[in-house]
Amino acid sequence: MNIPAELKYTASHEWVRLEADGTLTVGITDHAQDLLGDLVFVELPAVGQELAAAEESCVVESVKAAADVYAPVAGTVTAINEAVVEAPESVNQDAYAAWLFKLAPANAADLAGLLDAAGYKASIDAA
Amino acid sequence: MLKTTVLNTAHRALGARMVDFGGWEMPLHYGSQIEEHHAVRRDCGMFDVSHMCAVEALGPDVKTFLLRLIANDIGKLKTPGKALYSTLLNEAGGVVDDLIVYYLSDTHYRLVINAGSTDKDLAWMAERLCEWRLDVCLIPLRTGPTAVAMIAVQGPHAKARVWEVLPEVRPATEKPGPFFAVEVGPLCIATTGYTGEEGFELTVPAAQAEDIWNALLAAGVKPCGLGARDTLRLEAGMNLYGQDMDESVSPLDAGLAWTVDLASERDFVGKAALLEKGRQRQFLGLKLLTQGVLRAHQKVVTAQGEGDITSGSFSPTLGCSIAFARLPLGVAIGDRVKVEIRGKRLDAEVTRPLFVRHGKALI
Repeated sequence: MNIPAELKYTASHEWVRLEADGTLTVGITDHAQDLLGDLVFVELPAVGQELAAAEESCVVESVKAAADVYAPVAGTVTAINEAVVEAPESVNQDAYAAWLFKLAPANAADLAGLLDAAGYKASIDAA
Repeated sequence: MLKTTVLNTAHRALGARMVDFGGWEMPLHYGSQIEEHHAVRRDCGMFDVSHMCAVEALGPDVKTFLLRLIANDIGKLKTPGKALYSTLLNEAGGVVDDLIVYYLSDTHYRLVINAGSTDKDLAWMAERLCEWRLDVCLIPLRTGPTAVAMIAVQGPHAKARVWEVLPEVRPATEKPGPFFAVEVGPLCIATTGYTGEEGFELTVPAAQAEDIWNALLAAGVKPCGLGARDTLRLEAGMNLYGQDMDESVSPLDAGLAWTVDLASERDFVGKAALLEKGRQRQFLGLKLLTQGVLRAHQKVVTAQGEGDITSGSFSPTLGCSIAFARLPLGVAIGDRVKVEIRGKRLDAEVTRPLFVRHGKALI
């Protein structure tokens, strides 16, 4: 299972990378794309949209199923990755390169509530 | 405990993602269901369909039995090997199952029924036999020396690949047109399928299944799972039991009027109910005109009232989302309708419930 050690995670299968400017880059994990199978549609949030922690931020759909993507922490969407809308399969090819959106967290301290790689792996194994 | 086919080990060796389908552990895909879909449309793919149940129906009364049991007219079958798609109905005209009937002789037919309906169908048929006092023996080819496995090889190059692997079947299988089975030794080779492409469905002794599967694999036939099977059959306009119709749905409301023989004098289970109720809904196709994916149970809003999607997915061949929907009478092909997806109403166009045949888009 591909769970990079340098990222943070949620139990709902989002990965989160803290960037140098304090924003968070968010995507879905390799495990999530594997469960979903071939992605065919991604609907991203709007730039400027404010999200509460664990709020539905966007949707990814595979041939098989639709899955909500949740905001890992509260914040404001600062950027979206239009390239994944054009090529949803890029998430299947490399889930950690094909990010979905960037978030300016409302409270930087909220990051402490996210899982590390070991914690995420444990949450999958427990499921 | 899930049931497994004799090819279970072969699927696992190929890295298949396995899922529960009607109580059977079956491959969903072997990596990418979209690639598997394209392989069938452009080249050749194969599916383990051994979860479906082949049943021998034998005895002096078998023709009488099937004429009375089945909604389509098996009396049309005169040439040994000829197949007919049909439904089994209950007294209320709901669909107990859909099936293929092969005619072998006036005292010997073979039925192929759905995996998830097998126990129900066998019980249903046994009850009718008892009630009608007919002399028919039903033998599911599941266990023991008569156990079979079924492999569907489908795609524009499917026949050539099967002939490469099983050259002994070529002379007998070059001529037959669609919906026909021939027996070559212990193998039964039928020109049936569930993809809208050319191909064969091979019914083989269970003990030979893995060797044949591996030989087809070595010949370049791509293993395909239930995921691709579902998108292929949806594009090809073929119904799925339990999704597009079930015991509460009339075949006339599921796009299956062509499989129901209401014209002749023959009486069959469910006929009176169908004649009384008539067609109440239309079974049509939808093409989503925006981004998104149509799914079963989404609500469709038309000028004539509401309907429901029964099967929906992304069409790898067309590159957009398509669906089957049960819609009010009066809705016409070409109409614009709205589909409710997560609180939004998206535009869709009503189409024939048939999207792709022999690799070509029809809409």
